[in-house]
Amino acid sequence: MLERLLSHDLPRNRALAVTLLLIAIGLALAPLWLPGSKSLGVAAKVLVFILLVASYDLLLGYTGIVSFAHTMFFGIGAYGVAIASTRLGPGFGSIAVGVAGALGASLLLSLVVGLFSLRVKAIFFAMITLAVAAAFQTLASQLSEITGGEDGLTFRNPEILSPSFEFSLAGFALDGRHLSYWLLFAVVLVLFLATLRVVNSPFGRALQAIRENDFRAEAIGLRVVVYRTLSNVLAAMLATVAGALLALWLRYTGPDTTLSFEIMLDVLLIVVIGGMGTLYGAVVGSVLFVLAQNYLQDLLKLAGAAVEGVPVLAAVLTPDRWLLWLGVLFVLSVYHFPTGIVGRLRAMTLARQRKG
Amino acid sequence: MSPATAAAPAAPAAVPKASFDWIPLALLVALMAVALPLVGSPSTWITLTVAGLAMGLIIFIISSGLTLVFGLMDVLNFGHGVFIALGAFVATTVLGAMSGFTASPSLGANLVAVFAAMLVAMALAGAVGWAFERVIVRPVYGLHLKQILITMGGMIVGEEIIKVIWGPLQIPLPPPEALRGSIFVGDAAIEKFRLLAVAVGLVVFATMAWVLARTKVGLLVRAGVQDREMVEALGYRVRRLFVGVFVVGSALAGLGGVLWGLYQQSVTPQIGAQVNVLIFIVIIIGGLGSTLGCFVGALMVGVLANYTGFLAPKVALFSNILLMVAILLWRPRGLYPVTNR
Repeated sequence: MLERLLSHDLPRNRALAVTLLLIAIGLALAPLWLPGSKSLGVAAKVLVFILLVASYDLLLGYTGIVSFAHTMFFGIGAYGVAIASTRLGPGFGSIAVGVAGALGASLLLSLVVGLFSLRVKAIFFAMITLAVAAAFQTLASQLSEITGGEDGLTFRNPEILSPSFEFSLAGFALDGRHLSYWLLFAVVLVLFLATLRVVNSPFGRALQAIRENDFRAEAIGLRVVVYRTLSNVLAAMLATVAGALLALWLRYTGPDTTLSFEIMLDVLLIVVIGGMGTLYGAVVGSVLFVLAQNYLQDLLKLAGAAVEGVPVLAAVLTPDRWLLWLGVLFVLSVYHFPTGIVGRLRAMTLARQRKG
Repeated sequence: MSPATAAAPAAPAAVPKASFDWIPLALLVALMAVALPLVGSPSTWITLTVAGLAMGLIIFIISSGLTLVFGLMDVLNFGHGVFIALGAFVATTVLGAMSGFTASPSLGANLVAVFAAMLVAMALAGAVGWAFERVIVRPVYGLHLKQILITMGGMIVGEEIIKVIWGPLQIPLPPPEALRGSIFVGDAAIEKFRLLAVAVGLVVFATMAWVLARTKVGLLVRAGVQDREMVEALGYRVRRLFVGVFVVGSALAGLGGVLWGLYQQSVTPQIGAQVNVLIFIVIIIGGLGSTLGCFVGALMVGVLANYTGFLAPKVALFSNILLMVAILLWRPRGLYPVTNR
């Protein structure tokens, strides 16, 4: 049963399996054990990032394509929900309309960008997507009548998902925020397992063949352009859903929360540190990264206080420079563990089995 | 392979000369000519054209190194923006330290300060470029995916280090006293600093064209861009050449950073990432690896940005990408495609 759910792609390392189990249980029950709304927000962000990073891993880790336009699709999803909710009023109907519209837009855009630039080298695609994403970000901030410009859009969720909807269940006092958290959890869980299914299907094998050697893949009869484009479209759709979930959670959509290049870099960092080509890496990486983003700064504050007065060290250890350390970690992991944390753990198990 | 080279065996003495492709240059001139009636007044047109050329030449200075590095070693440096930011920040420090020179009304003293800033920026950016090549780029030759990731990582780290040294906030970078304001040619106002930028840009382009066309190093670079393995087989160390080109490219990015910072009159640590998008568009338009293409592409982007900024400010934000799409529909490999790529 479990094996089928995970598409026969088990963690293959005891420590990893335990970690994943803990993360899954922790996230599923987050509204019950996490105190306060800030920490629930962190948990929701982890969920959104798991889906976003898993979709990016489909592209980068499994197909070997570097795209810098992934946050564009993320943003389309978020804006879809926001625009529909502000125009049509709060309700599940308008969310459905928004998601459907966003999916359509992402489908079209990813298809066009893919067919236009995936025929040539990986580097070319990376540059084109960088330019397209920058243009889209400008577009979103310019069309302020529709998107709210730099201020973004604030909107209301359906009644049942808003904080004022209070009820109690098995002795826990809950409200609509908790319900929307569980909605997020359910959608992310289903789509994550679906993605796992995709990468372990014959289609996923073909993608990996293309990643390893596109020339040879073409020679054995795989239509490389078609596969790459499909992978690009699929990843874009998943990112769109992730964006819609983020908008639902925040009840706000703006350029900074969805479209900014910083988020693109965050996703890149998570994929590489977690492990390219292993979807579990998206889970482990997202948890680590979001925790670091929210709590590493506190840790650095402590370290910074300890070295107060030492000139260079103090400047480097301020909480504002947490990205510096992640960047260094990123560079080191591309060199030394290109398969990231998950790949490293799996390799350790494999080595032990060979020895034993 | 052009038909001219195929006909070579008949007359071995005469080296076949490839016919020069004038169309992109003509397109640039046509672009300017079309803009004249649209803009209306000739004086405004002159102002816009000079501004566009200045912007284009700065972009050319920044991106020329990048395109050569790519052409020579197939390495695309996504961290190129760091050198731009470095150059611009060094300029704030140098010009700040030489405030006596920048505040004086004499043009000579101002130029001394600006040139000092340029030299220091180039030296530092070149040195950092050398280290960057050694530490970041060298271990991942030939691995495209890792190259993109690692140079991007280098950019994140570089940007953060800049924040450590100069702080995360925007720093104003006003041009020196005598370079502020405009001079008038007839009715046309031309900002003085833009003239300086045009002059520096033309000098860099002329020097680069001369080195590439007339010296042995330039010959090797051009040959290496066309067919690296053949040059290596003839006994030249393309790797060493590449390090040189990388350092020079980084130094030029530093120089461009100084000019760009003065052009924008302020510097932020994110400047590198912002300009990165622009220079990628330029080298795609020009044809990856082509210096001349980069030159024409940069000028097109510069003048078009200024014309559309005047005629339709909303469109101006997308003029680059529209230009890129149009060019790629016409020539899918850029204006001047380099062979073997």
